[in-house]
Formats: sequence, structure tokens, C-alpha cells
Amino acid sequence: MPEPAEHPLLAVRDLRTWFLADSGPIRAVDGVSFTLHAGETLGIVGESGSGKSVLAKSIMRLLDEPARIVGGDIMFRGRHLNQLGDAEIRQIRGREIAMVFQDPMTSLNPVLRIARQLVEAMTAHGRFTVAAARKRSIDLLRRMGVAAPDRAVRAYPHHFSGGMRQRVMLAMGFSNEPALLIADEPTTALDVTIQAQILDLLRDLNASLGTAVILISHDLGVIANVCSRVLVMYAGEVVEEGAPEDLLSDPRHPYTWALLHAAPRIDAPLDASERRLATIEGQPPDPRAWPAGCRFRARCPFAEARCAEPPPLSATGPTRAARCWITQDGSSLPPPPRRTAAPAAAAPSAPSAADSPVPMLRLAGVTKHFALARESLFAPPRMLRAVDGVDLDVFKGETVGLVGESGCGKSTLARLIARLHAPTSGTIAFDGQDITTASIAEMRPLRRRMQMIFQDPFASLNPRMTVGDILAGPIALHGLAGDPALRVAELLDLVGLAPAHAARYPHEFSGGQRQRISIARALAVGPELILADEPVSALDVNIQAQIINLMVDLQERLGLTYLFIAHDLAVVRHVCDRIVVLYLGRVMEIARAGDLFARPLHPYTAALIAAAPVPDPRIERSRRRVPMLGEPPSAIAPPSGCRFRTRCPIAAPLCAAEVPLLRPGADGQFVACHFPGAL
Amino acid sequence: MSGVILPRLASPGLRWARRYGLAASGGAIILAWLILAGCAPWTAPFDPNFVDVTDRLRPPSAVHWLGTDALGRDVWSRIIWGGRVSLVVGFSVVLLGAAFGTLLGAVAAYARGWAEEVLMRITDLVFCFPPIILAMAIAAALGIGTLNTMIAMLVVWWPKFARLARSLVISQRALEYVEAAQTVGFGPAHILLRQIMPNALGPLIVLITLDLGNAILVFAGLSFLGLGVTPPSAEWGAMVAEGRELVQQWWVATFPGLAILSVVMGFNFVGDGVRDWLDPHARTR
Repeated sequence: MPEPAEHPLLAVRDLRTWFLADSGPIRAVDGVSFTLHAGETLGIVGESGSGKSVLAKSIMRLLDEPARIVGGDIMFRGRHLNQLGDAEIRQIRGREIAMVFQDPMTSLNPVLRIARQLVEAMTAHGRFTVAAARKRSIDLLRRMGVAAPDRAVRAYPHHFSGGMRQRVMLAMGFSNEPALLIADEPTTALDVTIQAQILDLLRDLNASLGTAVILISHDLGVIANVCSRVLVMYAGEVVEEGAPEDLLSDPRHPYTWALLHAAPRIDAPLDASERRLATIEGQPPDPRAWPAGCRFRARCPFAEARCAEPPPLSATGPTRAARCWITQDGSSLPPPPRRTAAPAAAAPSAPSAADSPVPMLRLAGVTKHFALARESLFAPPRMLRAVDGVDLDVFKGETVGLVGESGCGKSTLARLIARLHAPTSGTIAFDGQDITTASIAEMRPLRRRMQMIFQDPFASLNPRMTVGDILAGPIALHGLAGDPALRVAELLDLVGLAPAHAARYPHEFSGGQRQRISIARALAVGPELILADEPVSALDVNIQAQIINLMVDLQERLGLTYLFIAHDLAVVRHVCDRIVVLYLGRVMEIARAGDLFARPLHPYTAALIAAAPVPDPRIERSRRRVPMLGEPPSAIAPPSGCRFRTRCPIAAPLCAAEVPLLRPGADGQFVACHFPGAL
Repeated sequence: MSGVILPRLASPGLRWARRYGLAASGGAIILAWLILAGCAPWTAPFDPNFVDVTDRLRPPSAVHWLGTDALGRDVWSRIIWGGRVSLVVGFSVVLLGAAFGTLLGAVAAYARGWAEEVLMRITDLVFCFPPIILAMAIAAALGIGTLNTMIAMLVVWWPKFARLARSLVISQRALEYVEAAQTVGFGPAHILLRQIMPNALGPLIVLITLDLGNAILVFAGLSFLGLGVTPPSAEWGAMVAEGRELVQQWWVATFPGLAILSVVMGFNFVGDGVRDWLDPHARTR
């Protein structure tokens, strides 16, 4: 435990890092102060554009033109980091302060072996000889949980998965025993099970080595998991600071409050009749011209007249502070009002198979194998079994969730249904019509009834077309009646945008607005089924909540059926009626959302649920841990028998010998496991 | 806002000049040549093919600004008329080559599979020959003449555009807006031509501008070797060839050479400028 009386390890005072752009300064970090003691774990949260990454780069002095520290002070172990020369700061980087970045795919040099990169990191500061560093790199990798480290050091980065690379990055970060490790979204690019492993490792390294950690994340659950103190950033400022126990159960700044309530929680009570989330209005402000007064005022549900004055960061308790006039007197913010849904016409209760005899979508034994290049001329051809025998029914009006780690085949499955790919075998029927081998021309009339929403709001809209053209194209193609301009305006209104937006290009919109345009395009032809491929994964939590609310609204108004693909279990649990768990191209379990989370029958489902972080450290500590070993095996040569057996804590010899079939369990739950519910 | 020190920024005009000054001067050179050559009947002081043996090999003077050649023809007038040939050939070869190559490469990239294999192997086949030698061989086989030389150049000119277009279309194809268009039900021709190509045009335009100077240079080279225009007509490469043995009368070869230099430089400056303008990384926010 850090002694407050001690000199802090790092003291940042009124730091201002601005981007001096041609069009005027962008005030990314605008007056941030905090202290960090030796061995402490500090979390920094905020949405994209809040300045948290720029703050981290300022401490490391990794700023590129036109970013510059224009004011304030960074004191680290008695030195002013902002005043050091380039040579002096290089002595500190890597040796006293190390950094781990978000993208493990690009932060290692692809042409150098792991050993060389680790050894160079250690010998660069002259603390180790090459021989000693080589020996130490193997020890470090073992410490980071890399299997067979003596073999791993000789590998190249592309031999490793994202999680393994992040372990290598951590090994590099800890190689010089730094006093401070800055981890900038270190688990954002990883699957939830791997994220849990990396966070465990980070917590364990902090405890055993005493290295102070600054963990930057947009995910309150991740922060709550690791950190003993949290800074919440908004618009370049710290808006709230304190212990996660306090902040996450009793937020005193409306922005923290909004972050906390906008994210669906895996431990919240389920209410199928109300799926809307509490959101705040609007977009983050423009960093070129922060609003006067409280910067959160325009979006704040509690704003008052005095908020026109900028509030100071003032203490709201012995160990916490918030930048808010409303809670300055030590009061709490009320919980969000229960949104009473529009007089629920025919409550969309989960429809069951009995209601409609013909499913809207029926998949039987669907497989998709991609042929890969041979490794050598005489090697046998290799097949990537992306989807390997999936049976699934989707009924009219329901929302079916498709979850699984990356590479489990969920996106491929959506593209098979949309017939962007042709299945290798099996049948796909849409509303009773077999579309397994339908040609482009045969598919065209069906496309009106089945549309898709994509993950990346930046890639899914053609940058050279106006929004109006993007929306009018499908209407004209399918020869839909009515005035296209009128219909475009109607569509924009439907997704909460203004008709005037039709004349603009996609780059003029934020990520959330683009996702709205993407939804409008899907709705343009009046579809019945929407395949949503990770529609909210690339969005900040508040924008994610806005899009989820929009999708729920649209479902009620238009009677849509959704196939909702996501990797975030809390989101899927919140919006879906039924959930399908995929692993390496096969279905592990199908169940109603409530049942799946209340009593998962498949050990993989149990492990996934246990790995999802909860934004409350007290709950987090008491939760059951399900050990899940290692990383998912390759879909090129999947394990025999049950695909999950290599990572399963209860695997038995039978699991290797025999493929478990998807069998009905109690109450409409299906599971493919030899020992269902044994975990 | 105490303690904030902002450094002075250069004025917007100065920053523009630093970034696009060269491109603007290149553009001015090209524009000047286009006007001079385009209006040759009015801008040229003499008939380019008017022979006056009594007035041969005169140095630059007030009457003949750039002197006269071995047959007494006005060098400045011949340069202006020669510019017509050079610019027409340069633009035609590059634009036709780019159109053909781009279409071929784009179709190959979008079709994938065996169509891509066949089309790209043909491209590689043409790439295998040294372009100038192949163009010379074709021009020699077809016979001397501007049109024949252009055809010869076209044969070797399109493969680089096919390669570039293919890689651009492949990278665009991977983006989700293409899948979105497929899901909506658009056909392959619409998706390739109306949706993908507008996004791939930027780098193609850069290559076209940079290549114009190159094409003019190659055509001048072929003319220099006697494969370009038929003798009496003026052409820069041919004019350099005519003057190459006249060491004393330096103006006969030097001025057409400078004309080639200025046009090639002009196109390169403009091409660099277009590249910077289209590349978001070269532009600071």
C-alpha cells in the first residue's frame, strides 16, 4: 500500500498537450493533474477522443508533430520529464517507464525473432550482457505464461496469436524492471477469455514485482478488475477520481454515471420487455473549441444554470474528487429512471418454436471450408474449417445472438446466410425457400427481405458517395415505389438523423452516426431479417447504447428479426431472446438468454461468462473463476472428438474419441457436451 | 490559461507555397506549352517547314529568336509545332494505356480465380520485354510514322496500370462497403465501376500525371532514333537528332532539348503535387 506521505513516483501537474494544427490548436489533454505512488495501479477511463492515450504518450514523450506539451509539468522520480532532452528521455523509456500498446499485431517487429527483440530491449540500456539477456528472456516468457518459452523465443511474431504477442509485449515491458508500466488498452484487441488471462497476469505482476501500473481502457469492467484508483477523463480533463469501489457504485460525476449505466451488465437482472439502455444525448464535444463552463453540460441530464461556470475538481469524499457543481456538496446522483416503454403493444416476448411452424431461417449441417495455399508443392492441400456443421433455426420476430471468440466462424456464418459466400455443404433455407445454391440473379429478389449491418462504421460506407446516394441506390435497384428523395428523408428520420444529412459524405459523420446510416441502408428495401455482424463492437459505450436502443425501437416498429453477432456477452444477453454459442465452427450450446446465463450447460459457455468483466470490484472478487486453458486451437486441424476438449477443465478420454452431438436438454436448451452441466 | 506557450505558426500563404509551390510552377509550365502548341498557327512566328537555304544556321536573333536550322527553318516555330505532336502523343498514349490497363487489372482483381491468372500472366508477359526495345521493334515492323509509333508505345504502356489497378481494387474489395453493395443486390459491373473505381482513382491519377512526362520522353527518344514522325514535320526528338552533329551551332539541338526537359519537369512537379494532395498523410490536419 502506498504511503501518501512519501514522494510520489509520478506527479503530473496541469498538463496540457495540444495538437498545433493548421486550423487551430486541438486541446487533446487540457489541464490534467494526478499523482501515482510506487506500486500503485491507476486506471484511466474515457471514450475515444477524451485524451487518455495522448496523456500516456505525453508521459512517455512519444508525441509526434504537431502534438506538443504546451504547459504543465510531469515529475517522475525527481526529474521533470517534459524538460528532458531526447537522449535523457531515451534513458528513461523502456528502463524506468515501459509501455504496452493496444495492437499486439503491429507492436512487434515482424521480421525479427522474439529472442532478438527481447534481448535488444534489455541490452539497449546496458543493464544486461547479451548472454544474460538471452537467458532472462526465456525466464520472462515463462513468467508471462508462454508455453515452451525456450522454443517460443526462436519464433517470429507471426507464429503467435494476439494474446501470446501481448504476453511477449508484457515480457518486454517488464524486462528492465521498470518502476512504471503504462498499458494503453492492452486487451481491447483480444477475446474476452484471453483478456481475462492477461488482466490476471497484469494484477499478479503488479503484486509480485511492485511495478506501478497505469491501465488505460474504455471498459469500466477491465479497470475495476485491476486498478486500485480510477481517473475518468472527459474532453481533455479529469472529471472524477477515486477508488473503483466508490466510483462504480456511487458515481459523483454525471459522465461516470452515464458510462456506468450505458453498458449492459452481465450480472444485472434481465427484463425481456425492456431492452433500452440509459444513454446520454449527443456526441463528445469538438476538441478545437471545448464548450465554455462545464464541458459535459450540453449532454448532462442533471445540468443547471450554475454549470455555465467551469466547475473545479473538488473533493467529494476523503479519497475522491469530482468536477461537478451538482455533487459538490457530497450528494449522490440518482439512479437512471426506469424507462417505461411505449405502451407495449403486443409485448415482444420471446417467441417459441411452437408459435410459427416454418422458421424464417433454417440452417442444416452448414459447412464452409476455405482452401488454403499448400505449404509446399507436395504437401496435402489444407482446409480452413471456418464453419463445420451448423444447425440453426431463426423464427420470425426474435433476436438470435451468435457469440464466440474470434475465429469461431460467426462472421462467416452470417456471410453464408447472406450468400456472400457459397456453403461447402449443408442447406440454407430462407422462409422455406432453399437458397444454398441460388445464383446472384436468384438471390436478388430475396435481398429485399434480408439485409446486413456491418462492424466497421468506417469501411462499410462508400466514401465517395453521399449519404443520399448510398440510401437511394438500393431503392432504385429494387424498383421500389414512391419518391426516392422522400424515402431517403424518411429513412434518415427513422434512424435519428436529419434529412439535410443526405447531401453529406460519410467522412463528415462520427462512428455512431455512420452506424445509423448503415442501419438506414439495410432498412431501405424494407427487409424482414437483419444480419447484424458486430454492429456495436467498434463503438464507445454510450454510442453503443444509443445504437442498441435504436435497433430495439426498430424491431418493435417494423417487426424485424435479428441475427445479432457479437463477442460482448453482456450486450448479447441484454438484446437477444436466444443465444447460440459457437466454438471453432461448431455450435456448443443454444438456449434462451436467461437460461444460458443462469445455468450454462457447456463448460465453454461457463468459461466465457466467467471471463466477462463486471464493473464492480466487490462482485468481481466474489465471482467464480472457471479456468480455461490456453488459446483456441487452429481451425485448420481442429481437435478430434469435442473441439473444446483441449481447453476444457473437465475433459475426459471420451471427449477425444467421440464428437458430442447437439442434444436437447431441459426446457429448450441444446448442448453439445458429453457431460452437460458438470462444471 | 496560464503557463501555456504556443509557438508561432507560419502564415497560411507561406505554408501553401511550401507545399504546392513546385506543383503550381509545374502547372504553369504545362499550361504555357498547351497554349503555345495548341494555338501554333498563331503563336509560331514562321511556317515551321519553310525552307530558306540562304538563311541557314543563323544564331538566335531578333528575327529568329532561337536561330535557324541547317535548312534555314525557324527553330522557335518548329519547337512550337513540335510541341503539338509531343503533347498529343503523350496524352493519347498515357490516357489510352491507362484506360485499357486499368480496366484489365480491375476486372482481374474483381473476378479472381482463373480470369485473374490469365489476365495477369499476359501482363507479366508484356512486362518481360524492355519497353523501349519492344516499342522500337514494333515501330520498325509497322513502319515509320506518328500513329505507328503511338501504337507501338501503347502495346508496352498499359501493364503498369493493370498492376496498379489490380492492387488498388484488391485492397478496396476487402472493405465492408463492397459486401454491403453485394448484400443489397448490386451486380458485379455496378460494384466494380460505380462503387470501387471512384475509390481507386486517386493513385491512378497520380501515376497518369507522373507518366505523361515519361511518355513524351520515350516518344522523343523514338523520334531521335528516326522512328517517330515522317521527316519534314517538326518534332522535338527528331530536331535534337538533326542538330546533334552541329557543335558550333549549339542552338539547333539545345532548344528542343530544353523544351523536352521543361515539359517532363512540369509533369513531374504536377504529379508530385497531386500525390501530396491526395495522400492524407502528407497533409497535416
